[in-house]
Amino acid sequence: MEADAIRQRSGALLEHTGLYERLTAEDNLEFHGRIYRMPAAERKSRIQDLLTGIELWDRRREPVGKWSRGMKQKLAVARALLPRPELIFLDEPTAGLDPIAAAALREDLVSLASKDGVTLFLTTHNLSEAEKICTLVGVIRRGALLAVGSPAELRSRRQGRQVEIVGRGASDSLLVELRSLPGVRAVDDQDGRLRIDLETGAEIAPLVSRVVAAGMQVEEVHRGAESLEEAFLAMVREAGEEGQA
Amino acid sequence: MTADIATVLWKEWKEILLFRSRAGRLGNALSMIMLLAVFGIYLPLQSGPEWVTSPLMLAAWAWVPYLLIVGVIADSFAGERERHTLESLLATRLPDRAILIGKIVAAMSYGWGVAVASLVLSLITINIAYGSGGLLIFPTPTLLAILGLSLLISTLASSLGVLISLRASSLQQAQQRLSMSSLILFVLPIFTLQVLPETIVTSLARAAAGADLTTIYAAVGIVLLVLDSALIFAATARFQRARMILD
Repeated sequence: MEADAIRQRSGALLEHTGLYERLTAEDNLEFHGRIYRMPAAERKSRIQDLLTGIELWDRRREPVGKWSRGMKQKLAVARALLPRPELIFLDEPTAGLDPIAAAALREDLVSLASKDGVTLFLTTHNLSEAEKICTLVGVIRRGALLAVGSPAELRSRRQGRQVEIVGRGASDSLLVELRSLPGVRAVDDQDGRLRIDLETGAEIAPLVSRVVAAGMQVEEVHRGAESLEEAFLAMVREAGEEGQA
Repeated sequence: MTADIATVLWKEWKEILLFRSRAGRLGNALSMIMLLAVFGIYLPLQSGPEWVTSPLMLAAWAWVPYLLIVGVIADSFAGERERHTLESLLATRLPDRAILIGKIVAAMSYGWGVAVASLVLSLITINIAYGSGGLLIFPTPTLLAILGLSLLISTLASSLGVLISLRASSLQQAQQRLSMSSLILFVLPIFTLQVLPETIVTSLARAAAGADLTTIYAAVGIVLLVLDSALIFAATARFQRARMILD
């Protein structure tokens, strides 16, 4: 009974679009509207609104099988939104799409969902996508929930623990010296960019002084503003280390 | 529940009538036109007025729906699974029974509908060709038997097809199993008669010769009804949402 209630109030876009490719776009949406017992007039206007919103209204009478993957994904999103569910589960909605189609789908997804005030539950390995779409992110590794928070919160957990120094003349001896300093966990030189991982509480200013004193010509210094992906990798690494300890 | 069954019916009919056939949309239309032409025009013209008097013609009306249904029913679940539409269908609010019954009724009504249309067309043909003023029509028991038995055979083909389609891992496997089952279904009675002791066969023949047609129709109807009920029960037991998703 609980499962029935959940299905009644939610929509889903699974790994495959689940569209009936021999039917037209309009018929696919019509079938879904009937499933959710939408009144005929509401069904009709809602289908028109959604198809117009994703710029597919003019192609509503075409069998879906002839469409590109991007168009099918857009239609599948429209189908999930059709009965105005409170929650929509999306399983890697942009997987397999080219960057332009993926960006367009993300845009449609966000605009349609915000217009309807629907909650999106996105499952993805694409963390930049999660960063763009989601307001709340849960990081799961091997079935364990490592962290939950907004993308900004997850990133900020590691902020201040990394510094990037951009410049010229970083010698090997400087790298060795930096690695030996207290509070420094790791130093990585990538084409004139020193990325230094610090322990919590370690200060940045003395580090910069050392670098300048060692003869490096510093052009930029900034605290590491990690992407969600970098934050995720760090969390996974830490979880692995804790697991081993 | 009725509204949900009607929703599944709507979709299934769209797919069956417009597209679902191994030969595609054109093939589907052609096979239906061929059946209507053969059973509605050609055979009545060949048989003459006997078309409405001979009880043997009943066999023709058993074949029409069966042939039509086995051509489309394997697709019901195996096809949806193969085309990855089944997961999305099962993720909707539609109740299990509505999906199952909707699919059975869609195929059944398609086969039976075409059979009844052929029947009506055959009566028009026979009356135009041989009517000569009077109305040529089946005797009432034969007409009722044609309608009732073809409906039961349509249900048999649909429920058997859905059960096989539910259990098959691919559309091809479902089609192969359905062809094999159909062969067994039609060959088994003949084979059984051949292996039965002669005394039993003789007494069965005597009983059949002695019985009136209505009794024979009723007996066949009861056998079909039992088979239909068993197949629908088996399909209902087999159709479990969670299991279907994990399969």
